[in-house]
Amino acid sequence: MAVSDIQTAAPARDASTTAARIRAADFVVKRHYLRWWEALPWLLIIAAYFVFPDRLTFGTQVLIGIMFALSLDLILGYAGIVTLGHALFFGIGAYTVALLTARWNWGEPISAMLLAIVLSAAAGLVSGWFLLRYRGLTLLMLTLAAAILVQEAGNYRSDITGGYDGVPGMEIWKLFGVFENDLYGRTYYVYVGVLLFIVWYIVRRIVYSPYGAALTGIRENVRRMHAIGSPVHKRLVTAYTLAAGLAGMAGALFAQSTAYTTLGVFDFDNSAKVMVMLILGGTGRLYGAFIGAAVYLVLEDNLSKLSPTFWQFGIGLLLVLTVLFARRGLLGLLEDAIKLFRRGGNA
Amino acid sequence: MTAALQVEKLNRSFGALAVTRDVDLTLERGARHALIGPNGAGKTTLVNLITGVLRPQSGRVLLNGDDITQTSQAARARRGLARTFQINQLFRGLTVLENLTMTIGERDGECNNLWRAAGAKPSIIEEALDHLESLRLVDDALRLVRELPYGRQRLVEIAIALAQKPRVLLLDEPAAGVPSSESHLILDVVAALDPDIAVLIIEHDMDVVFRFAKEITVLVQGAVFTHGTPQQIMADEQVRAVYLGEEGHKVAGAAHG
Repeated sequence: MAVSDIQTAAPARDASTTAARIRAADFVVKRHYLRWWEALPWLLIIAAYFVFPDRLTFGTQVLIGIMFALSLDLILGYAGIVTLGHALFFGIGAYTVALLTARWNWGEPISAMLLAIVLSAAAGLVSGWFLLRYRGLTLLMLTLAAAILVQEAGNYRSDITGGYDGVPGMEIWKLFGVFENDLYGRTYYVYVGVLLFIVWYIVRRIVYSPYGAALTGIRENVRRMHAIGSPVHKRLVTAYTLAAGLAGMAGALFAQSTAYTTLGVFDFDNSAKVMVMLILGGTGRLYGAFIGAAVYLVLEDNLSKLSPTFWQFGIGLLLVLTVLFARRGLLGLLEDAIKLFRRGGNA
Repeated sequence: MTAALQVEKLNRSFGALAVTRDVDLTLERGARHALIGPNGAGKTTLVNLITGVLRPQSGRVLLNGDDITQTSQAARARRGLARTFQINQLFRGLTVLENLTMTIGERDGECNNLWRAAGAKPSIIEEALDHLESLRLVDDALRLVRELPYGRQRLVEIAIALAQKPRVLLLDEPAAGVPSSESHLILDVVAALDPDIAVLIIEHDMDVVFRFAKEITVLVQGAVFTHGTPQQIMADEQVRAVYLGEEGHKVAGAAHG
């Protein structure tokens, strides 16, 4: 073929080319290797358990926020799908758990969570199949509309969903039939932490896989992806389905950890919030979800105590500053700082 | 023998504007075919119709004898139809090497794998590097595409098309926007293409056209004005009048050179 033909024309490969080849191949082969600093978020999550033993209920919400943001990163950060309806899947996950216990008296958390994943992924598959033919603003509006539609349907049948007052009588059984969720939320902090680790591992495998590379290709240039024969729609629907499943998992854990769910989970606010978290942390870099969700939720918690009426001003200001001065998020800022530091060190 | 690419009575209009009118075009296996014509003649539209970016209102496109008129763009690419774009369409935020490994991954169905690491198949990396080496891009393998000068990006554009292992290759002004000091590199690459690949090149530089092509089709206002060998086209008074007039000096240069 073409390659070998041209190669025979220039058979002798000089040493510098060989070295460049080895260097390049080495980079690609080692790209997915774990770096030492990837342990940091986990060390912090473990440390938080001991340092803030009375804040673990809040800590659990942070872990859930990270999981939710991580699911969004897969489609927004990697595949470039802009959505304002990601709360749809979070909500479906939460309501699966809520309705299972309230209407069918099934409060077993793990099986309920698994069902939540399946149902939200199915919702992602069906809605993604239709919506992902569109891009940009059209997609933005359609994803938003999808979440509102489901929310309104829930409102219409508030006899089942409990409407905005919440699902009455939720009762979540003990984990493995043994571990009760104590007052300090220790059980769920550990439980959600372990699940977050599994989710992180799965997402990490995906983004470093050939499929993950194809997703970034779609983000970078969809016209070219069509031209090289990529089944773009199938790739996007797959990513959307996976992300929906993970968002549903986060929703299920939210409902279980708080034993409380209202139609508010489908709010536009919820979709926007997770997007803000991710942009704050940095999109398409896996750990942006960790930093973004943690910073956002800690700020929200502190600011709302400081000023119950105006706390959103602080969040808004932070977002404006991020978009103006740190387009790649806090993590991007950190990368730049490290680069600058290293250059300074070498000079 | 079945033609590598056959276009039959292709028609496409945007509203009242007929941009492709009854176009017939045949590329035999290993063809070196140039498509020329004044600006707005519908050359890029024709490429878009052939590759499936646009659908014709009537007519057929056959690839190795199979009717692909209703086939999606991606499916056509998987059957061995590759193109380069007039304006670069690259994965600008990725490294040059990743641009190629991903292309090969999509070609081989490797990108259906969600679990294996992207760098786990040495054969793909080696092949990508081979393509880069043939275009003298190995030293840039780890640079982001957007950091490269335009001329080098142009080479990546061609490298991607070659990595698809096409049987039919459509080159839409491969040297466009490249300084003349670098364009020879691109044209050398084009000249050295596998003789089995059927190549259709759109090019304004008549030097290149007459050097490269064994057959020329002249497109004017969406329709095939004439086609023939470079000698026939050069001798055609009408072609000179409608098209070559504006590029006459270049033709003269080519004829003397």
